[in-house]
Amino acid sequence: MSAYALFKKDLASEIRTRYAVNSLIMFIVVTISVILFSIGNEKISDFLSGGLFWVVIFFSAMSGLSRAFVSEEERGTTLTLQLIASPTTIFSGKLFFNLILVFAMNIIIALLYSALFNSFVLKNFHLFLYAFILGNIGIAIASTLIASIIAKASSKGTLYPVLSFPILLPLMLTLIDLTKQAMDGTTFQSSYVELAILGCYDVVMIAASFMLFDFIWKD
Amino acid sequence: MIWKIFLFVLLAFVSIAGITFPIVAQPAHWYEFPLIMGLGENAKIIFFHVPTAWLTVIAFFMSTVYSVKYLRNKDLVDDIKAHTSAQLGMVFCILATITGAVWAKFAWGSYWSWDPRQTSIFALLLIYGALFALRSAVEVEEKRAALSSVYSIIAFVTVPFFIFIMPRIMRGLHPGSADDTNAGTVVNFKMNGNMLLIFFLSLIGFTILYYWMWYVGYKSMLYKEKLNKQYH
Amino acid sequence: MSKFELNAEKITKVFGRRLIFKDVDFACKENGIYGISGPNGSGKSTFLKIITGIISPTKGKLTHSFEGKIIEAEQLHNFVGYVAPYVILYDEFSAVENIHFFSKIRGITFTQEKFDFLFQHFGLFDRKDDLVKGYSSGMKQRLKFIFALIHSPKILFFDEPTSNLDNSGKEKVYQTVKEESRDNIVIIASNEDSDLALCSSVLELQNFKIEKR
Repeated sequence: MSAYALFKKDLASEIRTRYAVNSLIMFIVVTISVILFSIGNEKISDFLSGGLFWVVIFFSAMSGLSRAFVSEEERGTTLTLQLIASPTTIFSGKLFFNLILVFAMNIIIALLYSALFNSFVLKNFHLFLYAFILGNIGIAIASTLIASIIAKASSKGTLYPVLSFPILLPLMLTLIDLTKQAMDGTTFQSSYVELAILGCYDVVMIAASFMLFDFIWKD
Repeated sequence: MIWKIFLFVLLAFVSIAGITFPIVAQPAHWYEFPLIMGLGENAKIIFFHVPTAWLTVIAFFMSTVYSVKYLRNKDLVDDIKAHTSAQLGMVFCILATITGAVWAKFAWGSYWSWDPRQTSIFALLLIYGALFALRSAVEVEEKRAALSSVYSIIAFVTVPFFIFIMPRIMRGLHPGSADDTNAGTVVNFKMNGNMLLIFFLSLIGFTILYYWMWYVGYKSMLYKEKLNKQYH
Repeated sequence: MSKFELNAEKITKVFGRRLIFKDVDFACKENGIYGISGPNGSGKSTFLKIITGIISPTKGKLTHSFEGKIIEAEQLHNFVGYVAPYVILYDEFSAVENIHFFSKIRGITFTQEKFDFLFQHFGLFDRKDDLVKGYSSGMKQRLKFIFALIHSPKILFFDEPTSNLDNSGKEKVYQTVKEESRDNIVIIASNEDSDLALCSSVLELQNFKIEKR
């Protein structure tokens, strides 16, 4: 499968150079540390710790997910990719890479977070798990698409969060709400609507992305 | 020319009526509005706040429509039309946020409380801001047009999530959201006949005004482009 | 009898306010070697990119067809081989790895025979496992040819094909061009007289007219 081959290429490149992984892990550590230091000895509420969790996730995503397209653009290999694959293949491959990256990052963040924040206790773990999975997929899709947009613009670093935030906002709001519900121990039944929203978001974003990517990719 | 005069008269009437018609407990004359519990004189802001919010959404919708057109035809005029819409949309969004915050202060006690509709209008403000940031970051015209069109469309796709789903799910203070028991008359269109009339006139007037501003805006941008472009 | 056909009608390209060329017609209906020439800045690379389908023309119609059927932009990439100074390969990988990845992404398989032949022909067989990072510009140029030929494309676009090459490299390229032109279409954009000498017809971009030799 061509898209899978593209993913393998990116993965091999990453393993060989280790550009992203090192800086990303440090970024996660730094972000969590900043939050810990800002809180100091104060006790924070559950809801607050739940919200901050997604803040860390958002900024880590902004740090790591643009690489997929920006590195190609900066090295001049965008043309090479255009010569060997169709736009759909390119997007699928990059999306797959970012999906893996998002899950890897967020699992690390979740583990670190639950270890370091006492108020981050999930009574309904299954609810959180579903929200986590659906949410990560949504973050990956939207972030990949926006990454392809900013790769073609200047001031990519600052532009990326500016463009991504409005698009990710409905997702983040729902995720924060679901996290709170998971902490409260709300049942699956009552959270059904929120989970459906996450699912809808994923479906809509993926459809829109595939349709629009051609226009971004081709000059 | 005639319809410009008509527009002027309409908006003048709406503004004067909206601001000066007194609010009394038992309206006796056609130029008096009924009193709504908890709102008093401040209800009049509805004539101005709702149209600005309405217009910013219309502008965004139009911007997206022209973005889709651009992607199909690659005609830069469509991009100019979309951009003009977005500019107007931004202006009205700021106005809607401010008038909304003013109303919030009087009705609920604080300027901002992260009510779903307030969050939505703020999100729209962020979308517009992002759109302009993107445009200023791309030099090449066709690329700029293509990228901002795509972003408009993606942003538009997230709008239903905000406007329809959020208020239903989240608890909020805004008239019409899940928890709202009071101020029902205002939003459920059980407004008194006069108020309803002035309200709709205001809506119509502002919409025509928007269309006119958009038309003038995009034409002037077009001419500026034509003046700048000489092949050599 | 060529199975692949390229037809470009009234191609016009404008970048912002600058007109690069207007109403250029270019058609390749037979196998052979076609040339595109013009001074620096006349838009040779731009024109080449347009007829390859990499960038869109401002105006004009472009068709690629194979055995009578039109090929859409999404399927075009495996029919096309492209060599240019601005094509960059992945320098953290070796030559072999680059070619392997590209072939997998293209979704084609190649025979080990063809692979070995190309590497031998372009004199990179001994260095095939070295990282591209350590290649000289001449070696990179030769690797680009391997990149362009490994998937047996039907139409080849060479932009400044002999840049960075020594005489033996140039010979190899000319050999390849003549070989490929028997069954496929080869288009060369260049200023070098020796490159253009191979071409049966040359499009002079400066004037937008074709000179038949």
